[in-house]
Amino acid sequence: MEDGTDLSPSIAQIVQRLRGSHLHSQLERQAKDCLHRPEIKLESLKEDVRAFLKASGWEKRLQNAVYRELHVQLPQCHPTTPAEHLKEPLAYMRKAQASWEKRVLKSLNSMSTELGVPLARMRPAGEQKDLTNKWNEMGTDEPDLSRFRPVYAPKDFLEVLISLRNPNHDSSEDMTVKSHWGLIQVPLNVRDIPQLRQAYSELNLNNGQLGIDDHAHVHPDLFENSYVQIGKKVVVEQDSAAAQQYSRRGCPTGLRSDLWALTLNSTNQPQDVMHYEQLKAGVIQHDLLVDYLIYKDVKLTASNDDYYFVFEDFLYQVMLCFSRDTAVLEHFKYNSATPPKSYIHGKVGNEEFAVLYPPNGVIPFHGFSMYVAPLCFLYNEPSKLYSVFRMMYIRYFFRLHSISSSPSGIVALCLQFERLLQAHLPQLFYHLRQIGAQPLRIAFKWMVRAFSGYLSTDQLLLLWDRILGYDSLEVVAVLAAAVFAFRAENLMEVASLASAEAVLADLSTLKVMPLIQIFLFATAI
Amino acid sequence: MNHSESVDCTVKPPVFLQIGDAKGDSARSGVCVVDDLATDINIEKITFKNYYTAYVTIRLLRRKAEKEGSAKWCTALRDLALMDNPHTEGGSQNYFSIHRRQMQVEPDHVESLRLILRQPSSAWRLFNLEEIRLFPHKEPAPEKEVSDWLSNLIVVKQPPDLEGLPDPQTVSSSIQQMWALTEVMQANRTTASIGRFDVDGCYDINLLSLT
Repeated sequence: MEDGTDLSPSIAQIVQRLRGSHLHSQLERQAKDCLHRPEIKLESLKEDVRAFLKASGWEKRLQNAVYRELHVQLPQCHPTTPAEHLKEPLAYMRKAQASWEKRVLKSLNSMSTELGVPLARMRPAGEQKDLTNKWNEMGTDEPDLSRFRPVYAPKDFLEVLISLRNPNHDSSEDMTVKSHWGLIQVPLNVRDIPQLRQAYSELNLNNGQLGIDDHAHVHPDLFENSYVQIGKKVVVEQDSAAAQQYSRRGCPTGLRSDLWALTLNSTNQPQDVMHYEQLKAGVIQHDLLVDYLIYKDVKLTASNDDYYFVFEDFLYQVMLCFSRDTAVLEHFKYNSATPPKSYIHGKVGNEEFAVLYPPNGVIPFHGFSMYVAPLCFLYNEPSKLYSVFRMMYIRYFFRLHSISSSPSGIVALCLQFERLLQAHLPQLFYHLRQIGAQPLRIAFKWMVRAFSGYLSTDQLLLLWDRILGYDSLEVVAVLAAAVFAFRAENLMEVASLASAEAVLADLSTLKVMPLIQIFLFATAI
Repeated sequence: MNHSESVDCTVKPPVFLQIGDAKGDSARSGVCVVDDLATDINIEKITFKNYYTAYVTIRLLRRKAEKEGSAKWCTALRDLALMDNPHTEGGSQNYFSIHRRQMQVEPDHVESLRLILRQPSSAWRLFNLEEIRLFPHKEPAPEKEVSDWLSNLIVVKQPPDLEGLPDPQTVSSSIQQMWALTEVMQANRTTASIGRFDVDGCYDINLLSLT
């Protein structure tokens, strides 16, 4: 606990990160150019320049950049805190993450040796030219992917989470009043319904919501028209914080792409386009083993999906470039995961020739491309789509496949789902447990993908509006519990895991906002 | 603050308190006392790493500066919450520091420090504080006075006659400008990376390193 609320280290950190950025040089140039303007007087130079920057919208851009930095900033902590503690404070979770990573790396290594495919290979000139020509239609290329298999699937990861134990936690095996019926046995602090009601007060029954009050049978003058007007104003103001607050009640379809880009402070300026082109050059130059994993994943998931198969080419363009992006490495400061390391041929152990693999440190798993697929509905320019996806990944999606104690981490989401179910649908939970159908085994695959591919796209985007608006993935756990509550009657009648899965196999007709609203605000407690 | 500045102190092993007969009582204690012996220091701050302690109370044995031999115990901080919820993980393994400003009494002339740890939840097997360090209070250094001999400096000689050489004033001012530029460049060092993932164009790697 630091003495008082000392903001200066935070401020120093943010200044350090923004210094030397493109925004910094633009601000300096603007400040210099404005000196010619008549209203700038020498006596009050500082105030006049500041007023000019404010009036011309540059102060707002700086505010948005600072707002973005606050989202990805490490929490303020004691100066002697070691770096690994910042990634993950609990020692046993760090250990579990490290051994999980080792398993994944071993699997990747053995795939490389068994198939005789090198982890990375420089493409010969002819192949580079081919790929450049085929860049916009990589989907038509059908490489032989039959030998490749995904490195891991969500259910493998679930087994690891189930086996997580705190060695200092005294959990007796008997069924007592405080025992937890679910699979996650880690005592993280998760919020219950009264606390969620306070935190998600904008989703209250009394408030208009997109996803509920924009239905065909509700007259648009009651809510929708005025809400869209407010949205337009937010976009004109270009204020990140306002966009985030606005997203809590949903984003109108026509404004969603701008609002999300604003909330994430993802710009599409020339240097972003150039960065994307640089990544594309990286893809063309080197061929990586993970590329085949990406191809396989897209073919298995998105290409088979009714909504997303049209975006197959986009997905390749985004995912392959994502693998080459070293800017993603900065998120490992607050991610409990560590990027895999390797050495150039013949220089093992020589730190000068140590590299990270893949360049962005993220090994894709089965279903990874589903994080990108819904965004294709919002952005049709690859560099813009890429920029938004990268921001979404380093803020939210990485937490869904790494072991950490964060309240938005997958462990906390699973625990929250189970606790909500046990507290508010105990009969259902007990019944499912008795028939060997632990609810988490069914709900896990939804939560790991943040429901992408399970809901219809418009509903999914409404859900992701709230993730952005509340800057937390908690709403995913709440929705999972709400789905079980909705289908509770049918589930009480099933007698096996397979039939429980069948009841919950098709979520494409569900409307998410009514489910969440009823579960949070209309459940008797 | 680097660790070499902390004062060496002997931390006694923790003593768990029980009601009644200590032995044979199967219930785990929720209170633990850790004694930390120091020799007459003024504390600037105390740092430690938590291990599942929910609340900590700090008591100090202070000796009054004038009187020898009469030392009194007083409470510096009562029930500081280290964990938001004693039953759950939040704050359980975090690093903390307690500054003298947060204490209710002035931690000066401290002979002994007693930390009373409480963990009311039965969910945990052990609780303790680790890496306890005390940092002494340093008085700010007094203003140094200019020594007398500095004022007896030799008077600067007349500048020599320069022929064909540039004016030393303009040279020195332009060098100063260049120096100022390099300082600005150094200060403006950006944290942005270039983005290269290969080493000199080569990215042929062995297998992934498992260590």
